[in-house]
Amino acid sequence: MGKIQLTRVRKSFGEVDVIPGIDLTIEDGEFVVFVGPSGCGKSTLLRLIAGLEDTTSGSIEIDGRDATNLPPAKRGLAMVFQSYALYPHMTVRRNIAFPLKMAGMDKAEQDRRVERAAKVLNLTNYLDRRPGQLSGGQRQRVAIGRAIVREPAAFLFDEPLSNLDAALRVGMRQEISELHQSLKTTMIYVTHDQVEAMTMADKIVVLNAGRIEQVGAPLDLYNHPKNLFVAGFIGSPRMNFIEGPEAAKHNAHTIGIRPEHIAVGEGPWEGVVGLSEHLGSDSFLKVAVEGIGPLTVRAPGEVNAHHGDRIRLAPAGKIHRFDTNGLAL
Amino acid sequence: MARALSPRRLWLTTAAAWFVALLIFFPVLWMILTSFKTEPSAVAMPPQFLSADWTLENYAEVWARSDYPRFFWNSVVIAVGSTLLGLVIAIPSAWAMAFVPGRKTKDLLMWMLSTKMMPAVAVMIPLYLIFQRLGLMDTKIGLVLVLMLMNLPIIIWMLYTYFKEIPGEILEASRMDGATLWGEIIHVLTPMALPGIASTMLLNIILAWNEAFWTIVLTTTRAAPLSAFIASFSAPQGLFYAKLSAASAMAILPILILGWFSQKQLVRGLTFGAVK
Repeated sequence: MGKIQLTRVRKSFGEVDVIPGIDLTIEDGEFVVFVGPSGCGKSTLLRLIAGLEDTTSGSIEIDGRDATNLPPAKRGLAMVFQSYALYPHMTVRRNIAFPLKMAGMDKAEQDRRVERAAKVLNLTNYLDRRPGQLSGGQRQRVAIGRAIVREPAAFLFDEPLSNLDAALRVGMRQEISELHQSLKTTMIYVTHDQVEAMTMADKIVVLNAGRIEQVGAPLDLYNHPKNLFVAGFIGSPRMNFIEGPEAAKHNAHTIGIRPEHIAVGEGPWEGVVGLSEHLGSDSFLKVAVEGIGPLTVRAPGEVNAHHGDRIRLAPAGKIHRFDTNGLAL
Repeated sequence: MARALSPRRLWLTTAAAWFVALLIFFPVLWMILTSFKTEPSAVAMPPQFLSADWTLENYAEVWARSDYPRFFWNSVVIAVGSTLLGLVIAIPSAWAMAFVPGRKTKDLLMWMLSTKMMPAVAVMIPLYLIFQRLGLMDTKIGLVLVLMLMNLPIIIWMLYTYFKEIPGEILEASRMDGATLWGEIIHVLTPMALPGIASTMLLNIILAWNEAFWTIVLTTTRAAPLSAFIASFSAPQGLFYAKLSAASAMAILPILILGWFSQKQLVRGLTFGAVK
């Protein structure tokens, strides 16, 4: 079981309110991703849930039990750190068994659980090595192993993949998703990488300056962003924002259109290609459109447009409308 | 990257290093040589570097005249005891300063260090009186306490420096894994800082072993360690350089051996963090 309820959780460091007050419910078994730019408070929020930081006010309930003032060890949560945080003086076996040893579990049960976790994570051949003798991906797996043997109420991941190279990151991302599907345990995952957020989450929590901007399923956020911040943050490349007469035509202060929702060929907008990137699967164009400004375009496949070419564009998908306060209309 | 030295420069720096090393070592060498001389040749003028009549008599006499094993044992108890007690107090203190520093932690560290700048004689009278009232005069426990207190700032400073090198996330991980504060210190922090703790221990044993102010002031016979043993040979009958040298050699030999065998650890510990 791992339902987590945050009620008016506030955290300040001295005079600075890092988290001015957050209400959030995380259902049992959910995969929730906290996403936001650097310094938005997502890691602090995770550390508050973990108990590694004390809340300034508000309450944290885990499975209906008030955990606000419980020490980390008593919350029944396991955490995977960005730096792996393995114990360098212990073998992989002892690293994974450490939480069980601290819980006073008998040796036979410890061994059984370590063996099982090692099998799941393909670490069986490395159990007698030290962390220093492992690759980055293997270390991350040990850190996950150490978390799963405890059979916690929820897993907390603090940017666990950011120290891995791109190829390994994709692999580990899938492994963590599969792990979630097989364990069905609540997972809270902090990242600044929105691809990770979109691909892994059941529910994304977008944070900005310590506040929740929007909570929802990945495609919900993509299709129905509540405000300019979420619209700009979710989606890559980011949404184009247009103000002025073009927006007024749609009865809005600002309109937003995603790069993948602009068609190249015929259309009302004309401009000159600045930068063009051709990836084979997609083409990315930066186009200076007359009367509108620069637009980013993502066209599928190969598009025959290069620096200096004049092209025509047309909106070919949803146009998002926002009022003067940046809220979606 | 080490800078390449020209052969001439290399020769010069090597010669300079040897010269400095010999200069530092010379008094020890002189003491050892003197301990094998007869009293007349030890005080001969002009001084004789090498004697014509080597003898072991000084050692035999020093051994016969005093209870060396007792002094030695007192030294061991006082040096090791004060160091271990110091570590027991310093490890949690340094943990707190390194991982949960307050606004005044830096000031506190500086203040502790500043106590080492005070001349010991400034607190001699109050400490002497306290020792007398508490019945701690000439007791090993009294010396363990006072030497522990004298060296505690150094122990805490050294451990603080080593602990600062340990990533806080690893300690947080142990907390998440269910370790209590003591579990964290015993299972994670101490083993990770072991090289640093070992050099702190060695250095403090050496400092405590060689301490010669409090050990002489606060002891007479029962708890007197080897530093007092040396001093006893410079007493009433006048100075007997050859015997004094023999006693000194016997007093420093154990710590010299310890230092020799642990020099790698000592150097590693003292440069910990400075060289990556």
